[in-house]
Amino acid sequence: MSQIEVSLTHRQGDFKLDAAFTTPASGVTALFGHSGCGKTTVLRAIAGLLRVDQGRVCINGETWQEREQFIPTHQRPIAYVFQEASLFSHLSVRRNLEYGWRRVAKEQRRVQFDTVVDLLGVAPLLKRATHRLSGGERQRVAIARALLTSPQLLLMDEPLSALDHNAKQSIMPYLETLHDELGIPSLYVSHDPNEVARLADHLVFLEQGRVKACGLAADLLTRLDLPVSRYDDAAAILEGRVSTHDPTYHLTWIGMDCGRVAVSREDLPEGHYARVQILARDVSLSLRAHSDTSIINILPAKVIDSRDINPSQVLLRLQLVDGQMLLSRITRRSAVGLGICEGMTVYAQVKSVALMV
Amino acid sequence: MDWQAIWLTLKLAATTTFVLLLIGTPLAWWLAHSRAWWKEIIGALVALPLVLPPTVLGFYLLLLLGPDGAVGSLMQRLGLDTLPFTFPGLVVGSVIYSLPFVVQPIRNAFVAIGERPLEVAATLRASPLDRFFGVALPLALPGFITGSVLGFAHTVGEFGVVLMIGGNIPGETKVLSVAIYDHVESLEWTQAHWLAGGMLVFSFVVVFSMYHLEKRLQRKGY
Amino acid sequence: MIALKKIWLSILLALIFTPYVAAEDVHIAVAANFTAAMKEISRVFERESGHKTRVSFGSTGKLYAQIVNNAPFELFLAAGQERPRLLYEQAVSEQKPITYAIGKLVLWSRDAQREVSLAALQAGDFKRLALGNPKTAPYGTAAAQVLKHLQLGQALRKKWVLGESIAQAYQFVATGNAELGFVALAQVSLNDSGARWLVPQSYYEPIRQNAILLKRGRNNPAASAFWSYLQSPAAQAIIQQFGYAIPQ
Repeated sequence: MSQIEVSLTHRQGDFKLDAAFTTPASGVTALFGHSGCGKTTVLRAIAGLLRVDQGRVCINGETWQEREQFIPTHQRPIAYVFQEASLFSHLSVRRNLEYGWRRVAKEQRRVQFDTVVDLLGVAPLLKRATHRLSGGERQRVAIARALLTSPQLLLMDEPLSALDHNAKQSIMPYLETLHDELGIPSLYVSHDPNEVARLADHLVFLEQGRVKACGLAADLLTRLDLPVSRYDDAAAILEGRVSTHDPTYHLTWIGMDCGRVAVSREDLPEGHYARVQILARDVSLSLRAHSDTSIINILPAKVIDSRDINPSQVLLRLQLVDGQMLLSRITRRSAVGLGICEGMTVYAQVKSVALMV
Repeated sequence: MDWQAIWLTLKLAATTTFVLLLIGTPLAWWLAHSRAWWKEIIGALVALPLVLPPTVLGFYLLLLLGPDGAVGSLMQRLGLDTLPFTFPGLVVGSVIYSLPFVVQPIRNAFVAIGERPLEVAATLRASPLDRFFGVALPLALPGFITGSVLGFAHTVGEFGVVLMIGGNIPGETKVLSVAIYDHVESLEWTQAHWLAGGMLVFSFVVVFSMYHLEKRLQRKGY
Repeated sequence: MIALKKIWLSILLALIFTPYVAAEDVHIAVAANFTAAMKEISRVFERESGHKTRVSFGSTGKLYAQIVNNAPFELFLAAGQERPRLLYEQAVSEQKPITYAIGKLVLWSRDAQREVSLAALQAGDFKRLALGNPKTAPYGTAAAQVLKHLQLGQALRKKWVLGESIAQAYQFVATGNAELGFVALAQVSLNDSGARWLVPQSYYEPIRQNAILLKRGRNNPAASAFWSYLQSPAAQAIIQQFGYAIPQ
């Protein structure tokens, strides 16, 4: 029963929430959608911060809410990271971190204080007053504070959205390692496809208070019937492992069952899990595997879906030989010129690959 | 010198402030968090002493606490002495009179904190009481300081209500402001100057230290 | 903000500098205990003389402090003798004070069933005895003299509750907060409620209520007119009717 089952109905003014989904209680599930779609409402209801009109929240077979039953927030084994760090201004960084830690019984603690402190790099901040921290530092402290309650479920409500680009980039690696290191399942609210692509294993798409789709992130991000695939920076996620490093050209090869792609050299051990992100606009197609091209990442694929996204462009969904999905956005002229149709085998030429982990 | 009146005044102000914190804190909390439609009616009642002439308040207290009044008759039926002309009576009057000066700053402080820190505390396993004492109270500290200082100082300076329900009994109800009034009325202006001047200095010091303290707290990130 | 300040300033200046002396107005300061009688006297005076009176009621001590500090009063009807004498000595007035009324002290209870008498006072069967503050209120001084005369001063001292004025002492009794109180006959003469004992005049020095015509009013015909009227048989009849004696 290792899963998260949520079913909520709630009315708040004009807004009506009627959302139900089930997602594995492992890895990161992103609650994704435009602002106002009800993501935060869902998260708050799961945390018990909001008492919805009707709802059922079941985590790992444990019922937190159903009909009259309602476990109050402080008795739910969750951790919550808010948009703003919301550190207690009357406490030092250390006391902030200890706040939740000390309220969890010793035998229920499953993380070490120092481990979490190191993991989020907040050791040097411990003695500081909270108002002397930068935005990124504050949020790292907030995340560490939340994790120190040894939660069974980590809830994050756009924890990066209040940060500037640099702070975001500096926190992202911490978030990425979190789930590897601690193995705490998390629900992550976001409206940023890039963030979702980097972090999410599963996705719950919300639109106007309803669940539009729910499933594996890699699958949903490439579904042409969902709006996210049409975003300008729409991307596919591929998973593989570090196979070899190429010191001569300063590359690292990521191997998958469907072939391999190269990224700029990274210091990762061979065999390490790797996730790469490939933007739809960086994927061009050819009918044959060219060797006389500057592009080194060439993967055979089958066209399984296509959509015109505007009068001049076509979006294609490609299935690689190992079943992973790729998106390609090309001009309609090229599509017609190549005679692209569903079921056809093509070679995807990937111009640039971004390594995520 | 009127040491007795000074001592009595300080005792009255301290007792009143203590009682006000005791009942004002939950009241301020409720006013800050309740969504009841009649909340602002209570809010307005609490604020009433701000605009009501103290003599009006004193007059109604005299009636209410007197043997004909609801409170007075109840106390008599319980075999207790009625409150006018007693120290506890002055405390009751002062509590009502200074109520807005304590409740308002604390309420504002609670409102300024907002729900967020309390929600955060809840997600960090803090029970409602734990959240109140561990988060809301310390964060509202500036409001408590302001409220206490204002409540104390306002009680020290209180006159109209005391005049109406006090009865000018030395050591029981003859407080500083009444003593000053008596001196002025009986042409003892020198003594009046001593007391009035002292009160002026006291009030200034109190208000000044409050602002100073508030600034320091602000710098500490409150 | 600045515009608003300017408006306030101009209103304030207008208030300060508006000349308010219409020649027929007379501004009179009157001790609070004389309020009811004064209203009647003013009414008759205005009707008969055509002048207008503007009357400020207050405690004698406060009115005195205001007059010393240049308050715009032309006549002062005090509750005692001391303040008018001081004003005369300080040359705030050129005319000697006159006694316009002599107050009478009564022991009063609002409870008509209660026995109110010398014996009742001596028996001490009450919790609280209201009187005016002997230091500040002439009727309080008189009440203290009565108690001293009866050698009850020490015995009853613990039961005293003092009103800052005789009006407050009356309030304490009228609201039932004190069972008994020394009040002015003038306060209880108009309604017949409760029980009272008129304290013999020999127990206390006469409460002479003195009035004085202030310098400020010396050139105001309305002030002089009121000054004469106050001493006329017509005014004295009203004064007596309200529970005061008049000087022989």
